[in-house]
Amino acid sequence: MTPKLNRWKRFADWDERPLRLDKFAAEDPANGFSAFSSPADPKPGIGIKGGRVVSLDGVLEHDYDMIDRFIARHHIDPEVALEAMALDSATVARWLVDMNVPREKLVRLAHGMTPAKLAEVVSQLNALEIAFAYSKMRARKTPGNQAHVTNAKDDPLQLAADAATAVAFGFDEIETTMRVSRNAWSNAVACAVGGAVGRWGTLFQCSSEEAEELRIAMAGFTSYAETVSVYGTEKSFTDGDDTPWSKAFLAAAYASRGVKMRCTSGAGSELLMGFHEAKSLLYLEARCLCLQRGMGVQGTQNGGIDGAPLTATIPGGVRELMAENLIAVWLDLECASGNDARSTESEIRVGAKILPYLIAGSDLICSGMGSILKYDNSFNPSLINGEELEDYLVLQRDFEADGGLTPLPESRAIELRERAVEAIAAVFEELGLSTPTEDMKTSVVYASGSDDTRSLMPRDVSFISEAIKERGITVIDVVKALANRGFREEAENLLNVVKLRLSGDYLQTSAMIRNGRIVSAVNDPNDYLGPGSGYRVSEERRLQLNDIRDVLDQKEVLRSEALHEKDEAKHIRYRNLGPAANGSAKDDVVIGISPAFGLKLYRTTAGHRLSEVLGAMIDAIRARGLKARVVRFRHTADTSFLGLSAARLAGSGIGIGIQAKGTAVIHQRDRQPHNNLELFSNAPITRLEHYRALGANAAAYALGEMPEPIVVPQRGEAMGSRYHARVALIYAIETGLTEAGAAPEEVDITLTGAKS
Amino acid sequence: MTHTRADYPLAETQPGAVTGKHGKALPEITLDAVLAGEVTMEDLRITPQALQAQADVARDVGRPTLALNFERGAELVEVPQDFIMQVYELLRPGRAKSREELLEAAATMRDTYQAERIARFIEEAAETYAARGLFTFRF
Repeated sequence: MTPKLNRWKRFADWDERPLRLDKFAAEDPANGFSAFSSPADPKPGIGIKGGRVVSLDGVLEHDYDMIDRFIARHHIDPEVALEAMALDSATVARWLVDMNVPREKLVRLAHGMTPAKLAEVVSQLNALEIAFAYSKMRARKTPGNQAHVTNAKDDPLQLAADAATAVAFGFDEIETTMRVSRNAWSNAVACAVGGAVGRWGTLFQCSSEEAEELRIAMAGFTSYAETVSVYGTEKSFTDGDDTPWSKAFLAAAYASRGVKMRCTSGAGSELLMGFHEAKSLLYLEARCLCLQRGMGVQGTQNGGIDGAPLTATIPGGVRELMAENLIAVWLDLECASGNDARSTESEIRVGAKILPYLIAGSDLICSGMGSILKYDNSFNPSLINGEELEDYLVLQRDFEADGGLTPLPESRAIELRERAVEAIAAVFEELGLSTPTEDMKTSVVYASGSDDTRSLMPRDVSFISEAIKERGITVIDVVKALANRGFREEAENLLNVVKLRLSGDYLQTSAMIRNGRIVSAVNDPNDYLGPGSGYRVSEERRLQLNDIRDVLDQKEVLRSEALHEKDEAKHIRYRNLGPAANGSAKDDVVIGISPAFGLKLYRTTAGHRLSEVLGAMIDAIRARGLKARVVRFRHTADTSFLGLSAARLAGSGIGIGIQAKGTAVIHQRDRQPHNNLELFSNAPITRLEHYRALGANAAAYALGEMPEPIVVPQRGEAMGSRYHARVALIYAIETGLTEAGAAPEEVDITLTGAKS
Repeated sequence: MTHTRADYPLAETQPGAVTGKHGKALPEITLDAVLAGEVTMEDLRITPQALQAQADVARDVGRPTLALNFERGAELVEVPQDFIMQVYELLRPGRAKSREELLEAAATMRDTYQAERIARFIEEAAETYAARGLFTFRF
């Protein structure tokens, strides 16, 4: 008796899925758990008197908190505000997705809109519309991407090697941080040197304590900063130990040092900090973004960021992340669009999260894709990490969408890693900071992650880092050290990045460096106005995106078959005896083989030699006292027709059809072509014992029995994705040999019995 | 002279006019010059003129708030790092115990470094902090 259970076992199956590690929160506006709207959100509104904003979203000037004050004084343009606020939100929402309404018109209106108004407008868009509007509204035309480069040991050799590989994959910016905060200077030097290997122009930041970060930038090692966080409520702002004025002052300070800077904000931070004022995530984020435009920063790292995992627990949370990014670009800010903190354990949710950004494009699609393995990510694992980076390359190829990365051949990766490790070791030796051994260097070059290295440990690194800081070593010292030790190209590359700060060109909105030139929203503005406009993947770029590894073509299939030709010649000989006759004896079973069987193709997709497969079937037929006759058909390569033609020739009326790739069928003379007796369609999982059983069943049918059909067990493998490219190429070889009206040929088979 | 988007990027349209603090122009800052010891960190610092030019460009392409930030930045170029960090610290919540401390910093910015915009910005902060009770002691 089957026992009764207390649950449907499918739920037990589901319990084992990574998805169940994710937790989900109920919508609860009073406790801050609402994505798009909350009863506590204000209604949009503005009052202007004498060019002054005297009320903002229902709050009168004397009641402004410091965020209202800052937005009223520095974001709202009073000349646009009345016009913009009077517009119907649904109309503006439609304009956002109307390809005929230019971006500039919408950007101008945003200058006059309050946080509640911006939130109200974008709330009207569904996820697809948000993605489309994002694509239209983002500031720079060409998309880019950013990487995290960190490791669990703060090992500078590995940082240099990983920075070099990240640069080679095409990341426009790389970002590091430390396990041990005093190691910041070492991390900065290591990434600056590694980032100068191979090409120049990758911007670099070292995320650390505010004052330290600015000092590291002053020493010339870094070229941008993005950890200037802002918050959407006054209490969370002061708990974050800043005010809009202190952060805006810092923004001016970075500009004064010629260092690119963006702010950071994202849904969920106020909720995490406990000061959400029962407002919706989107409304709070709209406040943050208005603040940022008011501060005069060129851009924002936005889209949940550290709060993304929390936001993704809330209904509509992922749509909200997209909506806040849309507000950012509508406000004309550069957007490093989140997709960094890993918000889920489900690979399906990961892929779904990244796709809209990949196809819409973004200034920096991930504000930190983990170019390193998850456990090496000192920021915490990213949405996509070193483990999955290749999946992302394939997504680019699938959708012909430019995600900012380019496939990197393995040999080139090793070359660059060696160069980077030698370069940083040379700099350390030249400056008397450390003398890495050959074993350390080698272990790093080939390491996928820090578990594989025998290199510098956090304590060693602290000595190096503190020496760099105390001795006042600057980028000029490092440039000299590189050149003195023969790394002239890297020295030039590093110097070029520092020289960027002289003109300040890269301080403009959405600036990055491509092929040694500045590309920003000023000289590469997004000009999307419908199909054919905006960013398009050029043919040259498309070929780059296509160039992933291990791609099959017919040449490759024939090459691998040719390898088996010699081997198979030892096991079997085929002799053509001329036209095949109709059998009359009841014990005559015909095995119909395909045109290329044993002539151009030698193995099934499961890897069995065709001689073994034939041998197994013939043995099984003979074991029942019947005769097995082999006939080659050249008028067709189709399994069903091979089987039916074989059956028609057979005296027993039973035939087997088999293609070189191993797909087989048992057929009977009087049946319709596709109405066979048994079909063996999953050749890649068909084993020799199945072919033997197939032969036995064919014999049984010939003897008038009704055997149990053979079932080749499958476990739901995606057979198509694994084999269809090869199958299609193989099958083309078969069909290429067919000839209309070609007569069946009797084939004499000699199995030599040779051992493999 | 006011710059426009046509002048952008300055490093490409007028490299000879882009100089560091000591007047060394972009084309002169070469690796050989670095190796000869002719380039210091000061030669790699942005000038107020370059920031003003970028402010002009930003305004020309419709980004007035970005332009203002560049102009505030231009005023801070000559302000020593330590004083910048001191003022930043003072602007953080609860660091200044009274409006006067901020006003004093603003006055130094105005009188010593001719940083008029920065001074007004700090004064605005002082006014806000007073209104929002931010001059309280934080443990």
